[in-house]
Amino acid sequence: MAQPQDLLYSKEHEWVKLDGDIATVGVTDYAQHSLGDIVYVELPRVGKTLAQFGNVGVIESVKAVSDLFTPIGGAVTEINGALDADPAMVNRDAFGEGWLFKVKVGNPGEAANLLKADDYDVLTKE
Amino acid sequence: MSGMKRTALHDEHVALGGRLVPFGGFEMPVQYAGILKEHEAVRKRAGLFDLSHMGQFILQGDNVAEWADGLTINAVGTMKPLQARYNMFCNPSGGVHDDVIFYKLDGRWMLVVNASNADKMWAHLNANLGDSGVKLTSLHGHNALIAMQGPKSLAMMQPHVDVDLDALKYYFCTEGNVYGKHAVIARTGYTGEDGFELFVNGPDAPGIWNALLADHRGDGLEPCGLGARDVLRLEAGMPLYGHELTEEITPVQARQTWALKMSKPSFVGKEALAGQLERDDYSRIVGLMMAGRAPAREGYKVFLGDREVGEVRSGSTAPACDNKNIATALVSKEAATLGTTLGVQIRDNRHDAVVTALPFYKRSK
Repeated sequence: MAQPQDLLYSKEHEWVKLDGDIATVGVTDYAQHSLGDIVYVELPRVGKTLAQFGNVGVIESVKAVSDLFTPIGGAVTEINGALDADPAMVNRDAFGEGWLFKVKVGNPGEAANLLKADDYDVLTKE
Repeated sequence: MSGMKRTALHDEHVALGGRLVPFGGFEMPVQYAGILKEHEAVRKRAGLFDLSHMGQFILQGDNVAEWADGLTINAVGTMKPLQARYNMFCNPSGGVHDDVIFYKLDGRWMLVVNASNADKMWAHLNANLGDSGVKLTSLHGHNALIAMQGPKSLAMMQPHVDVDLDALKYYFCTEGNVYGKHAVIARTGYTGEDGFELFVNGPDAPGIWNALLADHRGDGLEPCGLGARDVLRLEAGMPLYGHELTEEITPVQARQTWALKMSKPSFVGKEALAGQLERDDYSRIVGLMMAGRAPAREGYKVFLGDREVGEVRSGSTAPACDNKNIATALVSKEAATLGTTLGVQIRDNRHDAVVTALPFYKRSK
């Protein structure tokens, strides 16, 4: 799948969609395919302040627990509650309905530390 | 993967898009279409597994049964012709070298051991031959093992086999031809479903594997990897060496005393196991059903109230148990009563788990 052009990406295979100062975060389609069937997601608490690239939770497949990092820092404003009952949504629609959480961006300059679509795409081919 | 061995079916796994990982010194498929899809195939229809990485040894001689009885916990001497029997080789402290299956074939015995223990067991058998006169031959890495597991196994296999599979009882085997090629066919498995394990010559394996998929993919037969195999065996309450059985965990602790024949006059580990049974103060394997959505994983600590009482040995989401999270744990005796609520430490929080009888899943009929 081609990487959506309107998103920014991290080396840990997360994506960020910026809408003013609210950032929506998820894992990429490449990540969900790598992980396999996702059975559980542990997301940061609403209100918690995250540091860019910090370890903020876990995403679990049938066999393995993987750390979840945040590609951007800020205070968590919302988490995707639908994933509690349907963690497989991340597999089905990683860039859409499988979003993980939203943050109010603390430092917009952090976006410069992220990859554009084409640069992230190179990572997925390595 | 350099240095890794390959089974006779390696090219087939690649062609099917299998995700290959190192296991027991071999490159093996952990999954193809995905663990959940493969799991569903086995529980509802049938799945095909390449188990050629497991150790296959041939034992010959007049004294095989008596010799084996001195080294194992279950009864070998009472096995009927063409019977298969689960067994364990223990160390003098009662811990387990490996869990295995013996097959009493015509004119010889076959012993199948875990892939991860093949080298250890080959050395152990050879070191303990004494003056038994037993002749050992290793087929490890030469012979292949294809397993079909699932409720549709009989219907899918029968047209291609020249023996009556319906007449083959559970934990018995026979010799026949599959697609015209010689095979030892055993009604054994590690999934809790009906199924057949085919022991064939390495060069015959790809033809049989491909023919079964060509003939039955349309009926819902799926190639299945080691990932699905682990979920299936855990649901069925079957121990996995390295998790519920180790050189330190005894068959008594692992609650496998059904396979322990203390009436045998002597075998390695008997005294230690007798002592353990008598004292009855040992930590033991229990089944756990997590109350919530977070899976328990190997190594997570287990608590009774504030007291740490053990650790998780295996854990997974269980599609056949309503997607609940199941686990096994080695816990102290006081924590092992059915129905007890224990706490499993998962990162920063302690999550409730109920001590549950094994198996978690039993096939219908």
